[in-house]
Amino acid sequence: MLAFILRRILQSSAVLLAVGLVAFSLFRYVGDPVNAMVGQDTTMEERDALREKLGLNDPAPVQFFHFIANAARGNFGLSYRTSEPVGRLILERVPATLELSFCAAVFVLFVGVPMGVYTGLYPRHWSSRLLQAVSLIGISLPTFLIGILLILVFAVTLHWLPSFGRGDTVKVGWWVTNFLTVSGLKALILPAITLGLFQLTLIMRLVRSEMLEVMRTEYIKFARARGLTNRAINFGHALKNTLVPVITVAGLQLGSLIAFAVVTETVFAWPGVGQLFIQSVQFSDIPVMAAYLLLIGLFFVLVNLIVDLLYFAVDPRLRSQGGGARVGGH
Amino acid sequence: MAAASRSGLSGWLYRVSDSDIWWSFKSSPMTVAAAVATFLIIAVAFLSPVLAPHTPFDPATLSLSDGLKPPVLVSPDGDWAFPLGTDDQGRDVLSSIMYGTRLSLIVSLAAVAVAMVLGISLGLISGYFGGAIDAVIMRVADVQLTFPAILVALLIDGVVRGLISVKRHDEIAIFVVVGAIGLSFWVSYARTVRGSVMVEKNKEYVQAARVIGLPPLLIMVRHVLPNVTGPVLVIATLNLGLAIITEATLSFLGVGLPSTEPSLGTLIRLGNEVLQSGDWWITVFPGVTLAALVLAVNLLGDWLRDALNPKLR
Repeated sequence: MLAFILRRILQSSAVLLAVGLVAFSLFRYVGDPVNAMVGQDTTMEERDALREKLGLNDPAPVQFFHFIANAARGNFGLSYRTSEPVGRLILERVPATLELSFCAAVFVLFVGVPMGVYTGLYPRHWSSRLLQAVSLIGISLPTFLIGILLILVFAVTLHWLPSFGRGDTVKVGWWVTNFLTVSGLKALILPAITLGLFQLTLIMRLVRSEMLEVMRTEYIKFARARGLTNRAINFGHALKNTLVPVITVAGLQLGSLIAFAVVTETVFAWPGVGQLFIQSVQFSDIPVMAAYLLLIGLFFVLVNLIVDLLYFAVDPRLRSQGGGARVGGH
Repeated sequence: MAAASRSGLSGWLYRVSDSDIWWSFKSSPMTVAAAVATFLIIAVAFLSPVLAPHTPFDPATLSLSDGLKPPVLVSPDGDWAFPLGTDDQGRDVLSSIMYGTRLSLIVSLAAVAVAMVLGISLGLISGYFGGAIDAVIMRVADVQLTFPAILVALLIDGVVRGLISVKRHDEIAIFVVVGAIGLSFWVSYARTVRGSVMVEKNKEYVQAARVIGLPPLLIMVRHVLPNVTGPVLVIATLNLGLAIITEATLSFLGVGLPSTEPSLGTLIRLGNEVLQSGDWWITVFPGVTLAALVLAVNLLGDWLRDALNPKLR
């Protein structure tokens, strides 16, 4: 098991290094760090001096090393658009995105898994068929369209919920949270549903097909023969055995939540990292793009690593097999 | 196709109507409906210069006094000249949708073609030659798969914006979007093709082709590639739905096609800007068109995947 974890960590570091290389090339060769820092009337000599001082004349590998070392300390240079430090710009917006993604993930898991179990247990019931048909439409609707429709119904027509912004927030240390005010919580509802709906349909369909498969197995029949309650069979035996593929997909989907937050945040004018990223793409604000790329890369790699470790917690067969085992969804 | 040359069109039609695929198509009413819907949308979109009642993006034909007319079926203020209403500039929503769908389809079809050509070539090279070149291509694929396609497309778009001026960008926006989506979708083709090539290249017919001295390129294209047309076709159909969504999302986010040449996504973005005032039709009709198109294409893709999967027969 230890060898397996070590190998995964090594692979993850390699991926991160590759992402870092892309981010570095963006930062260094697509954007020009000097142009961003000087005014129009700076002479060529002053520019050259600054270039030398920043180490931009060093060999590329040295520069790459400096870039990674700086990134590890949260120093990504200045934004071209606002001239503020990129690290601070991102840090200010991280809580908004994380709270939104967290709510969406809770929504996905606590609604999607039960819906999947239900439709898997009673596949022929009319409500299961309805859910299945609706989920197909859900997969075909782009995230931003779902957001717009929700705004149209619940904000513009019914006036129940706000359509943009975070509402009233409370500052806890440096973390600005939505969870402590009523208007903050109300502001979370529509964006969280928008962000989660696509993932919800995926998880529901996955749990459904896994449940259908498990319910046909011998050990479920045997559990029934032993006279166990339906509840114990459905959740203790059936659901538990669907968990490995569900965790794989759920983990990857959690990463996608952060990515699709880009779209949701734009629709709802949610002041998160995703909105910052879109603005930086529009203005080709390269340092912000490079930093965002690294951040997302780190996040995805960590999620994948945690998912791999969760296999050991969920599937006891892996723990006894030692390091060589590699599980995948399908 | 070989039969077509032997017995003409009727022989080919007979072969099609006698095939498993046709039977599976016929016996699924949902698939037939999806195929009809897809065909209708594509036909209407590409005939929009002939069919559209107005030319919405020619400023000379617009009149502000026609602005913000509601659709005829829901309001007595509607005007039959603009059946789905008009936007704040007086553009006919129906005509905008027809032209917009055409543009969305052109961009996504081109993007899928780019991804397909790139992915198939890299997959063939990777699988046939193996070794270091295979390792490099597959590691790049792994790293790219770490990120969702929409992020990769956004990133490529932003980089191109950094390299060229804003004015030039509007002119070549369509190529940037096609390239960005194409580059973010190549991985699944490359992986599929590589897998089949690695199986096929050790079979006797490939060895025989090599023995008689055919060049690698010819062996790959003429003998190995036909083995993967099925899976590649399935990926391409499912990718088309995804490409339509990705293009619409990019345009909605304001980094896709410019508002002078709006696709469905751009139309939805423009409508969204005035949504708060309750003029829902400017957003909702392009949105419904987009959803219907993606749903129909996805249904076709799902069916094709099952129909071509020998395990499910």
